[in-house]
Amino acid sequence: MHIHFLDPYQRGHSPVHRTDARVKLVLSVAFILTTALIPIGVWPIYVLLFAMVISLVILSGLGVGFVFKRAALAFPFVLAALPLLFTTPGLQLFSLTLGTWEITMTLPGVERFFSIALKSWISVQAAILLTATTQFPDILTAMRAVRVPRLLVAIIGLMWRYLFVLADEALRLIRARSARSGEADVPGHRKGGRISWRAQTAGGMAGNLFIRSIERSERIYVAMLSRGYDGEVRTMPHPKLEVSNWIELIIGGGILILLLVLSLLIWE
Amino acid sequence: MHHSIEIESLTFSYPDGHEALNDVSLVIKPCEKVALVGPNGAGKSTLILHLNGILSGSGSVRVCGMKVGKETLGRVRAMVGLVFQSPDDQLFSPRVYDDVAYGPLYQGLPLQTVQERVEESLAAVAMSDYSQRISHHLSMGEKKRIAIATVLSMKPEVLVLDEPTAGLDPRARRSLINLLHELPLTMLVSTHDMPLVKDLFPRMVILDQGRVVADGQTSILMEDKELLDAHGLERPF
Repeated sequence: MHIHFLDPYQRGHSPVHRTDARVKLVLSVAFILTTALIPIGVWPIYVLLFAMVISLVILSGLGVGFVFKRAALAFPFVLAALPLLFTTPGLQLFSLTLGTWEITMTLPGVERFFSIALKSWISVQAAILLTATTQFPDILTAMRAVRVPRLLVAIIGLMWRYLFVLADEALRLIRARSARSGEADVPGHRKGGRISWRAQTAGGMAGNLFIRSIERSERIYVAMLSRGYDGEVRTMPHPKLEVSNWIELIIGGGILILLLVLSLLIWE
Repeated sequence: MHHSIEIESLTFSYPDGHEALNDVSLVIKPCEKVALVGPNGAGKSTLILHLNGILSGSGSVRVCGMKVGKETLGRVRAMVGLVFQSPDDQLFSPRVYDDVAYGPLYQGLPLQTVQERVEESLAAVAMSDYSQRISHHLSMGEKKRIAIATVLSMKPEVLVLDEPTAGLDPRARRSLINLLHELPLTMLVSTHDMPLVKDLFPRMVILDQGRVVADGQTSILMEDKELLDAHGLERPF
């Protein structure tokens, strides 16, 4: 009885799965950074970036549909860019009058909005590709290898480890509640109770979960201390990167730099 | 006259493909007390979660003559009192009173009735003085008793318990056994506590790898050392 949907890793034996986690992490971050740095409205480069990520998706055997479905995750963030449609100065497309308010949609606004939407969508796909083809512990090791502060990596690791425990705990609480959510044997009683009472129950459950998490963290800390934890996270040394890894890094990085330079030229 | 629990060729797999129950059939008569034993991961908890429709597999489950399904879920959940292994999951409200009152309040019963039900249930588990206590601060044995009270308040016909004696000291365990002995309900109890099975349950069902491998009189099955060994169980002294 566990919650499975949280683990994004998909088993596979593709070349993307087999690539060293450090290479994948560095290239994914570089890809996202490049996508962010490309100026507004340079559409050809967006298409190239998209082509790059989609060919890797196909190579990984994850299935384009799978990645697209997960990439829908980007849409709520795109909403944050919605005001740009109306606040960017430029050629006016049309105006709406709402009472005393007048809002105007502009052409540069539309361009800016779609650029940001497209860029975040492409970036999310790169992140999905990374997490779906690399097991989480390997990503953590890779983070350590590229000198992300150890404490930060340790916190991310613990969070990942206990997120599942916590989700399972929440699942059990919800089950215990539904097991007692019944109907009276005499008809005529409206089941479910008042909304405020239900909210109170849900609040109690959230509080319960919170107290338990704190208590669990105390127990975990004591267990760590009793095995000699002194605030310093020690790890095994990482194996050296092989020549083939360096080649992958250089090719990947080279393509990204090329795209960036190209985009600046087109933008000019 | 209907039977309390009628399960017919129930099969269930978890979403990850793990088959937890395989063609399980089981009939329990009203007021019968049955023990469900088997090694860890045998499917005991999964089976229990089918009795009130929290999980649903293929095959049929009938409780008190009602087929467990979407339409009957409300009634079924009131008829089957499910006590989970961890009382911390069962007790999700801040105060004991709120938790015992949850079932009847959810059913929309009048406040007077709710009050009576809470008092009766707490009295039945000998915890009447605890109604205003904070659940979080109780001992394991106290929490177990309160957890049972939270389902008694729904006036169920069937009581289903998952590992009721796990984590209890001998005295709390003994007093829980006495309590279960006195309750005049149909009972299905999943447990690893073989002395408890011997003491309390005339009938036992052995589940292993999702199948019922034995179902019969406890006094007879307990003598079959080979059978017990084969399914990771031990004969009590």
